[in-house]
Amino acid sequence: MAGFLLRRLVNYVVLALVATFLAFTLASATFDPIGVLQQRNPPPPAASIEAKKRDLHLDQPIPQRFVTWMSGVVQGDFGRTVADRPITDELGRRIGVSLRLFLLGITFGIVFGVLLGVVSAIRQYKFSDYFATLFSFILLSMPVLVLGPLLKLGAQGLNDAIGSNVLIFVGEATPGFQGNWFESLVDRLQHLILPTLAIALGQIAFYSRYQRSSMLDVLGSDFLRTAQAKGLTRRKALFKHGLRTALIPMATLFAFGFGLLVVGGTFTEKIFTWYGMGDWLVVGIGSQDANITATVTLFVAVCVLFSGWLADVLYAALDPRIRVN
Amino acid sequence: MTTSEIQFDTPATPATEGPVLQVEDLHVSFPSEAGRVHAVRGLSYHVSPGEVLGIVGESGSGKSVSSLAVMGLLPSSARISGSIKFQGRELIGQNDAELSKIRGRRISMVFQDPLSALTPVYTVGDQIAEAILVHKKGAVSKAAANKRAVELLDLVGIPNAVERAKAFPHEFSGGMRQRAVIAMAIANDPDLIIADEPTTALDVTVQAQVLQLLETAQEVTGAGIVIITHDLGVVAGFADRLMVMYAGRAVEKGNVDEIYQQPRMPYTLGLLGSIPRLDVSEKQALVPIKGNPPSLTDLPPGCPFAPRCPMVVDACHTAEPPLVDVDGSAEHQAACIRTNEIAATDAEGAEAAVEIFGAEVADEPEVAKIPRDQRDIVLELDQLVKEYPVNKGVVFKRRVGTVHAVAGISFDIREGETLGLVGESGCGKTTTLMEILNLQKPMGGEISVLGTKSSDVDGKRRFAIRRDMSVVFQDPMASLDPRLTIHDCIAEPMQVHGYAKDEINRRVPELMRLVGLRPDQLSRYPGEFSGGQRQRIGIARALALEPKLVVLDEPVSALDVSIQAGVINLLEELKSKLGLAYLFVAHDLSVVRHIADRVAVMYLGKIIEIGEVDSVFDAPRHPYTQALLSAIPIPDPVKERQRERIILTGDLPSPANPPSGCRFRTRCFLHAQLPPEKQRQCIEVEPLREVQAEDHEAACHFAQIRQVL
Repeated sequence: MAGFLLRRLVNYVVLALVATFLAFTLASATFDPIGVLQQRNPPPPAASIEAKKRDLHLDQPIPQRFVTWMSGVVQGDFGRTVADRPITDELGRRIGVSLRLFLLGITFGIVFGVLLGVVSAIRQYKFSDYFATLFSFILLSMPVLVLGPLLKLGAQGLNDAIGSNVLIFVGEATPGFQGNWFESLVDRLQHLILPTLAIALGQIAFYSRYQRSSMLDVLGSDFLRTAQAKGLTRRKALFKHGLRTALIPMATLFAFGFGLLVVGGTFTEKIFTWYGMGDWLVVGIGSQDANITATVTLFVAVCVLFSGWLADVLYAALDPRIRVN
Repeated sequence: MTTSEIQFDTPATPATEGPVLQVEDLHVSFPSEAGRVHAVRGLSYHVSPGEVLGIVGESGSGKSVSSLAVMGLLPSSARISGSIKFQGRELIGQNDAELSKIRGRRISMVFQDPLSALTPVYTVGDQIAEAILVHKKGAVSKAAANKRAVELLDLVGIPNAVERAKAFPHEFSGGMRQRAVIAMAIANDPDLIIADEPTTALDVTVQAQVLQLLETAQEVTGAGIVIITHDLGVVAGFADRLMVMYAGRAVEKGNVDEIYQQPRMPYTLGLLGSIPRLDVSEKQALVPIKGNPPSLTDLPPGCPFAPRCPMVVDACHTAEPPLVDVDGSAEHQAACIRTNEIAATDAEGAEAAVEIFGAEVADEPEVAKIPRDQRDIVLELDQLVKEYPVNKGVVFKRRVGTVHAVAGISFDIREGETLGLVGESGCGKTTTLMEILNLQKPMGGEISVLGTKSSDVDGKRRFAIRRDMSVVFQDPMASLDPRLTIHDCIAEPMQVHGYAKDEINRRVPELMRLVGLRPDQLSRYPGEFSGGQRQRIGIARALALEPKLVVLDEPVSALDVSIQAGVINLLEELKSKLGLAYLFVAHDLSVVRHIADRVAVMYLGKIIEIGEVDSVFDAPRHPYTQALLSAIPIPDPVKERQRERIILTGDLPSPANPPSGCRFRTRCFLHAQLPPEKQRQCIEVEPLREVQAEDHEAACHFAQIRQVL
């Protein structure tokens, strides 16, 4: 099994490289940072344009540019932006911002999505099941572009009612905030709640539907009956034998759900003015910057592939039938 | 480790007087779209300590539902009334927490399908230990429970129990899983074990092992046992008393011997008469019970069996007959107003059934009168070989072994003849069949259909040969497209082979009548038919192109016995009328004895015995055939109790790694008794098929007749 996972990991390195190469090539072929520069008013002198061209290696063919950039990446240098700032300096902070949001969002999404799905399945066709179904479908059909502003409105109403700014929905921390570690943590949490909710709600809706049907499959199974016949109460049998088995097909969803989230998280970041990776992609495209675009793509590719790998690990952990081979 | 090392606080005399289980006037109903389904309607029975009660009936008769009611495992939508007293304590109305203290400790259950009865994600040992821990929390340590689980696995006959306890359910064979479930059931020394069709999903040899194990379980725990089955053979030698259920009620109760010899309710008679007997050599008439069990949503007044009963009179429709004492004895009760008239017939048991139901033996086909060697060969296999590679690796596949599924088998089928192909699951029956149906050039050997070799035909010729050869599959539910009407199902082969539209429209109703169905139902969909009817439709489709050979893959094993009898009778009648030849693949040797002219016994990809059916069954030469035959229960309690079973140890070896020399030697009782120099012959030399008698060959170095019936 360990060997299998290791081989997978090697495959993934190749795939990540391919994805990044494609993004870099596409960006380099279509972006025109010099054009942007020339349209400035007043136009910069020809000498500085030439210098910029050299800095950005625009005189080289694209594959060579990729090799130059990639050899830097391997050493931990992701190149410079068009505005000539090192990407590496900003990269760590932005990844931190994004992952904080995504990991928290997906953790809540998985835990509550699974619980909601299980409760729905056990109480099939009861009021709570219908309610959960309605809740899920409303959320699933609502893009984050709608959900985000709605949450903001709600938070504003709440803040007004309390008379204090409990929920803050701009940025990830108050700029220039001064205080000890605890005050700082509270400040970050106040910023974190709404965007996390925006991500978690959609995830809860998504996972609960799948968990419900996978749990329903298990509910009628013979082994659940055997567990009860042994003397386990229904509740205990449901959780120890039923849920444990019903989680197996969810492993793939969890992993790829995370991958999708990283890709789709751009909007959430934009809505709540978080300067994370998603926001950076928009910035990169806006400033016609191939290096930023390729860096973000590499990050997304690593996330997606790592999730795939995690799915394999999860599968092996959950299902002994997989483990043998 | 022996049984005695495991502690069971078995009371020599039961602690409480009176029955362990007393069910009184039990009613169970479920909501459904068609109205409330009254699955159990006023059922009363009791089980005394140490007694074995058999509950028999067709599917849908309420036997499983009533047992699940005892366990408190019915879905919450079920409405239950009446009384279920366990050791004097009322169970109905108790909540889940209270019932869970009794379940698994005082009452335990063994289920039908061992493949799905264990949770796939926990080890077998853990699951058995859990049964102990859940009831003795605190009193027993986890380590002690695990140790006990190993002891129990050993007790139920799992070799190398310490290691096997760490295995997951998917690493166990079906028989081993059922043993594990039984280990779980006896883990807490229960007072009552309910076994719901415990052997239905298993091979005959494994069935014999499991039945014997249940007997052992009963001995060590002293528990009362309720065994539910649709097979009257299974309970004949095991049960003390029998209860026959029909439409949610008991229709006959009594001692096993009395019920088998003097059944007093036409339904019981029909059940007895519908079983093909392994121990009868002359052609036996099988009693089909016509029609289907009634719908339990709204039963008309009167006896629910009346629409299917051959003895029905007007009085039967007025009121449902209660259970009344037979011959003035409360020990034997039957629910029929004409029990006295049944008693008046001279014949006993199944013979009385034949008399009352008026069953007949189908005529021999015309062609059968010609001596066998002068008839045309319809199908011939010559040293057929089929192997599958075992591959390893994801990206770079490499071959690490070979599964020898079929290892050189030869037989022929002549015109108008039925060859039964039998063996345990995994012996290569299905592979053989698929090779024949595929009609490609085999890996080794030769397949010839009507004298044409499959290796030298092209696509067009192959297509033409398919007209002469058709197939009926095992599962009638899955083998008909649910989106096609019956007409389209039956017409499809004719359309493929380019029949004219008029011809098809003329022939389809004709085929429906031929298989005993009404042509006015042709526009319906398969979902509207019962299992037996669908199998008839499958047969009609197989006959559409007027084939010479019909390949039948376990055609009746998915059907209830009473329905099975009707389909078998139909097959025999068709054979006689149309002069068909059958290749009949089955694991039920009783059915094979009834329908086949010749039989071939397969073991691990080889035919180990072949010949005329009576010769093979009455004087089997190969130890494996002897073991197979002895494993099959006979629906006759007196005979059954006297029979000595040859219990094969273990499961079929892997066909990827068959034993050297004789493939059967690892499980052979004869081999085990031989002196070493003779054993060496079994290990080193592969036995070839040798003629034992006229049309009877067996592949054993030390073949000798042993009567096992």
